[in-house]
Amino acid sequence: MADQAVFADQAMQYAPQLYSAAMRMTRNKADAEDLVQEAYLKGFRSFHTFTDGTNLRAWLFRILTNTYINKYRAKQRRPDESDLGDIEDLYLYKRLGTFEDASIGRSAEESLMEMLPDDEVKGALEGLPDNFRLPVILADVEGFAYKEIAEMLDIPIGTVMSRLHRGRKAMQKALHTYALERGLADPQPEPTDLNNEGQEK
Amino acid sequence: MDACDTPDCSQTLKELDVFLDSELSDAARDTIRHHLAACPDCLSAFDFHAELKQVIQKKCQENEMPADLLSRIEKCFDTDFDGDGVIG
Repeated sequence: MADQAVFADQAMQYAPQLYSAAMRMTRNKADAEDLVQEAYLKGFRSFHTFTDGTNLRAWLFRILTNTYINKYRAKQRRPDESDLGDIEDLYLYKRLGTFEDASIGRSAEESLMEMLPDDEVKGALEGLPDNFRLPVILADVEGFAYKEIAEMLDIPIGTVMSRLHRGRKAMQKALHTYALERGLADPQPEPTDLNNEGQEK
Repeated sequence: MDACDTPDCSQTLKELDVFLDSELSDAARDTIRHHLAACPDCLSAFDFHAELKQVIQKKCQENEMPADLLSRIEKCFDTDFDGDGVIG
C-alpha cells in the first residue's frame, strides 16, 4: 500500500504534463486548472490503491482522463460516436509532402515545424470530437502506448488504433484547411480518389 | 509518392501509424525497414509523418503552467479541503 505522504513528493512533478493535456481536453485555462486540481485531489485520496512500482504517471493520467470524461463530457451535446466523415489516407502528405509544386508554398528548407504555427496545430487537435481527441492527446502529445490508452479509456486496443488513425487524418485535414486560409497550400491538389478510402479498420 | 501502389507499398503504408508509434513486433518492424530502404516513395511518406508527429508532440504542449496552480494543489494536501473531517 502506498503512503499518502509520499504522494505530494512523487506526483507533483507530472503537473505540467497533466495541465498541458487538460488544456487540450477542456480547451480553456479555468477548466484545465480545475480539472488538474480535481485529478490531484482524487489521486491523493485514492493513493492507497496505487501499486508501488507501477507507472505513477499513467495512473495520474488515467484519473485525469476519467475525471474529464465524467465531468465535462456530460455537458456536451455531441453524440458519442461523432462522425468525422471519410478522409483519405496520407491526406496532408498528398498535399504538402513534396516540394516539386511551387504552389504549395513550402521550400525544401522549410520544415513542418517552421511551417505550421503552434496555434494551428493546437486548433486542429482541439477541433476533434472527444472520442478521437483523447486518444490523440494521450498517444501523440503524451506518448502513451496503445495498451495504456486502452486501459485509461476502457476501450479495446483495436478501437484505440482506429480512433487514432481517423483522428490524425481529421487533424491533417484541419491543418490543410488552415494552410489554405493562409494562402499557403494549393487549393486544387492533384486529383485523388476520395471515395474508396478512409474506412474504419 | 504516386508510385506507392504495389502490394508491398500498400502493405507498408498500412502499417505506417503502428510503425511510427513503435507498436510493431520486431519482425514486422524489420520488414517495414527493409522495404523503406529500397523504396524512396514510402520512405518519403514515413519521414513526413514522423516529422508531423514531432510537430504535434511539441506544439500541443503548454509551456507555462499558471504560477499558483501547484501551490493551490499542494494546499489541498495539507487541509481538510472539503470539510469531511479528513485531510485532502
